[in-house]
Amino acid sequence: MAAVSVKAAVPLIETRGLTRDFGGLRAVNSVDFWLDGGEIRAIIGPNGAGKTTFVSLVCGRILPSSGAIRFDGRDITRLPAHKRVLAGIAYTFQITSIFPRLSVYDNVALSVQRRLLKSGRVHGAELDRGVRDVLGRVGLADRAATLAGNLAYGHQRLVEVAMGLALDPRLLILDEPTQGLSDGEIETFVGLVREIAKEATILLIEHNMHVVMELADRITVMNFGSVLAEGAPEEIRANEEVQRAYLGTGADG
Amino acid sequence: MMPGAGSRRAVALHLAVIAVLFALNFILPEYHRGIFSRVMVLAVFAMGYNILFGYTGLLSLGHAMFFAAGLYGAGLPLYHLGWGVPESFVVGLACGVVLSAAVGVLALRTTGVAFMIVTMMFSQVFYLATLYFTTYTRGEEGLVLPQAARRVELGGVALDLTNPASRYMIALAMFSIVLLATLALVRAPFGRTLVAIRENEERMRMLGYDVFRAKLSAVILSGLFCAASGAAYALLFGYVGSGFASIQYSILPLLWVLLGGAATTLGPLIGTLFMFYVIDITSAYTSAYLLLVGVALILLILFFPRGLLGSIRERWLPWLP
Ligand SMILES: Nc1ncnc2c1ncn2[C@@H]1O[C@H](COP(=O)(O)OP(=O)(O)O)[C@@H](O)[C@H]1O
Ligand SMILES: [Mg+2]
Repeated sequence: MAAVSVKAAVPLIETRGLTRDFGGLRAVNSVDFWLDGGEIRAIIGPNGAGKTTFVSLVCGRILPSSGAIRFDGRDITRLPAHKRVLAGIAYTFQITSIFPRLSVYDNVALSVQRRLLKSGRVHGAELDRGVRDVLGRVGLADRAATLAGNLAYGHQRLVEVAMGLALDPRLLILDEPTQGLSDGEIETFVGLVREIAKEATILLIEHNMHVVMELADRITVMNFGSVLAEGAPEEIRANEEVQRAYLGTGADG
Repeated sequence: MMPGAGSRRAVALHLAVIAVLFALNFILPEYHRGIFSRVMVLAVFAMGYNILFGYTGLLSLGHAMFFAAGLYGAGLPLYHLGWGVPESFVVGLACGVVLSAAVGVLALRTTGVAFMIVTMMFSQVFYLATLYFTTYTRGEEGLVLPQAARRVELGGVALDLTNPASRYMIALAMFSIVLLATLALVRAPFGRTLVAIRENEERMRMLGYDVFRAKLSAVILSGLFCAASGAAYALLFGYVGSGFASIQYSILPLLWVLLGGAATTLGPLIGTLFMFYVIDITSAYTSAYLLLVGVALILLILFFPRGLLGSIRERWLPWLP
């Protein structure tokens, strides 16, 4: 991959001195981060490193204590979350957050509806086409009528991804998407992410090093709220500091 | 919602209910026709409450203020300024919209129990205001709107709102409009948005929905329906009093909706009708009828925890909107 090629003039995401405190705890500590369009970027790091907090700042779920975020050159530091979604940032939750009492179809339809509302009225046929298309892509077509809460856990994770995908985002943030999936499901998932990456930039928090090495163009390592290292997969694998902090300690997350 | 056969059946059912209510005007004995007129007007109150409580999942304990905003908004100009019925009705609606927008902007900063308390406090302020301005409202004693003023000329036809048949038909017309509007709403993107906010607000925000705006719209629509009910009540039944702004009238729509089935389009009608008749029948036998009403409510909630229609939908008719 040409991951370390010439940097694009304007990165898709750029953060400067991004910091977030929870009471006395500094969960994210002055992070400068740069992500080019078209990349698959993995963020790794031990539990509590601040990965979820960092991407939550990017997607607007929580607001920073200080620092700035730019999306495609535009300052979005104070932009409410829902407007960031409309601008093209989709977030899938680490802790599955779906609509358990609605059907799989309706879950995804809410997402497609939001995308269609951007450009005016929602037509039933267009909505239906959009939903079926996304369900087909994630392999849930035959589960459309099932209540999302009745699905197996792995399938619920797919609903989560499907909702992000249906927004047709420019940046898709996946927070530990393979957590709790079986090996077979993980393989399918890796294929799906490759497919999505053709159209969207991907920011992936992941503990499974196999998945990370398989997918990532570049890897950012976080520890204690800061960026410890960043580079191509081979560099990160070879980085001693990273090994001490994370890989070598046998930490599995 | 998945495209399916349920939708046509649902429309047919609603039209059938309206047709039956229309026919009842010619069948019901006078006394029961009177009850049905009242029930249809108050069912609009319940339907308004249902928009917020049933579909959006926001439990307000202050909806009496929206009903009373319509009641006073229509009653006061008619009584004091001699305005006609249509103008007074429109003023009632406007009062409901303005009040619900103002209350919504403030109360929606809270959720859950805090939302219940804040809405209750606002409503209490409204209630106390109706007592404070006794010069105009006559407080608890209230105002009886003069019969002569309760007439409308509509397209050359003179309608006397004190006449039971016109009263029934006007109540039915308003009920039908609000019922069909609710049906259209819950099938529209906006209705699906409200239900989804009820189910998982955080997810909706992260799907790009402006949750605050959707909730505020729901409060205003709810306020509008409730005010329509209050305004119609004042004009059709000719009485405007503080009692309608009291906490009791905030609890009643909650009970009606719970009984009939929250988040069902026809539940509010069923619940209101049921409660009226339980009170009517039990009060004929004993002065302790409120006790019996309480027992009836407990039994109902035990055996139909989702309300009458809600439970029917759950067990037999999943297509019910
Ligand atoms: N909402 C919150 N309130 C208080 N502390 C939090 C909150 N969210 C995260 N934290 C703390 O911030 C630190 C980083 O958490 P998180 O971003 O979830 O880490 P990671 O995703 O890397 O496991 C942890 O110590 C966590 O306990
Ligand atoms: Mg995390």
